[in-house]
Amino acid sequence: MLQALAQNLVFGILVGGLYGLAAVGLSLVFGVTKFLNVAHGELLMFGGYAAFWIFTLWGIDPFLSLPMVAVLLVLLGLVLYKLLFARMVKLTEDNKIKNTMLVGFGLSLILQNVALRLWTADDRGITTAYSGAAFTLFGVRFPVVKVASLAVALICLLALHLFLRKTYTGKALRATVQDWEAATVMGIDIQRVYRLAFVIGAALAGVAGALVAVSLSISPTMGLEWTLIALVVMVLGGLGSIVGTFVGGLVLGVTQSLTAALVPSGGTWREVVALLLFLLVLVLRPQGLFGTKEG
Amino acid sequence: MLAIDGIDVYYGDMPALRDVSLRVEEGELVALVGPNGAGKTTTLRAISGLLRPTAGSIQFQGRPLAKERAHHIVELGISQVLEGGRVFTGLTTLENLELGAFAAEARRVKDESLRWVFSIFPRLEERQAQRAGTLSGGERQMLAIGRAMMSKPKLLLLDEPSFGLAPLLVAQILQMISEINRRGVAVLLVEQNVRAALELTNRAYVIENGRIVGEGSGEALLSFESIRSAYLA
Repeated sequence: MLQALAQNLVFGILVGGLYGLAAVGLSLVFGVTKFLNVAHGELLMFGGYAAFWIFTLWGIDPFLSLPMVAVLLVLLGLVLYKLLFARMVKLTEDNKIKNTMLVGFGLSLILQNVALRLWTADDRGITTAYSGAAFTLFGVRFPVVKVASLAVALICLLALHLFLRKTYTGKALRATVQDWEAATVMGIDIQRVYRLAFVIGAALAGVAGALVAVSLSISPTMGLEWTLIALVVMVLGGLGSIVGTFVGGLVLGVTQSLTAALVPSGGTWREVVALLLFLLVLVLRPQGLFGTKEG
Repeated sequence: MLAIDGIDVYYGDMPALRDVSLRVEEGELVALVGPNGAGKTTTLRAISGLLRPTAGSIQFQGRPLAKERAHHIVELGISQVLEGGRVFTGLTTLENLELGAFAAEARRVKDESLRWVFSIFPRLEERQAQRAGTLSGGERQMLAIGRAMMSKPKLLLLDEPSFGLAPLLVAQILQMISEINRRGVAVLLVEQNVRAALELTNRAYVIENGRIVGEGSGEALLSFESIRSAYLA
């Protein structure tokens, strides 16, 4: 019993890392631009397919192709930003959220159908030579691919954290989160800051998608589920905190996997558990588990 | 150095400034005084590019600012301290100052500017590792001014730098502003503390209902009857 519980805990943490990575991009974009891009899950999906095709066509290992996927998503993000989001920079905060949600919703339908046309509705996954490999510690199984995915997620978050704390541009991003007008009179071009935040968000979504393709599976309709996960985790962790967002991902992952283990047929309750957690946090701690006012 | 000629500014359909003209010359300290809602902040925001005039022109060192975006106007040498200071509370004092030197040219001489700012505001040096949110009101205002100085401006726009401060601090802040001016930076000061502002400045403009209604040396305005009765009574 204890063994099974520990196993579920580990699985929850491993998948929770992916949740955190999926959410941190959304959270960064929302924090800086107040754009609520509900097509974030579709960006994740495109990242997954990018990794899948790079592996299938050229045989490049999905962990090695991550930088390529990130670059591709930066380009996709740039195009989407220029075409759709750039014109919303000047709106008031309320209207930004509303309009980007509408645009994002339309965009998610378009991206979904493009993927459907190009790649069919089949579920796909990347199966490498080491996909089945696992090691056992204290009787708990650790699948290699999932552990590596968690490590990549951690590295990405650490890199983002250092970027925001240590670089001039990162500090400009944090300043813009707090007060875009004060940032403007510092000589910061907030149009550029917005664009940068958006493409970093897209790149993070792409990397998360690639990791999902290796350790779970992808399909053209996966976007909505991942957008929901990212939204729940973003609220759970609290805006503006990278560490909080990551821990929020772990909390969701662990809660889901423990429900699956402890509640009869609990596996079918995954989404319900997520949304219950979401509501609970909104009611009890609306600033999120680790929410601060800081960016 | 700064020449504003007949600008109109609207908030939607509401006129906020009508035919406003004013000048700031190299090295001057000029005050803009008037009642709440007269258009003082609007004037500063039009200069810094946060608002666009619908008529008239603003020139800085002979260069029209109408088409320049706000972040670029900072690079041209105009730096604004917004009302309330608006420091980045979640960032440290030092990070706030660093961001003041965001533009490439200012960044190159950042360390030198930092020493300059610390020489005027030694308190900021003591507080440099502290989050700006933990600073006192006076320290925040010093930080806001110091941060604005980090871009090496030729003209500093100050929006009510003494607002909400205790009288002793007000005098201290105004003293520091006058020190900045003595070191060669032109200042356009919006101040509700009219007497203190007029005593400090070379020249002042009086603005009411979006129009300039008076101009003169600080001393002349101090003795001006309508000013006395309106602001100094």
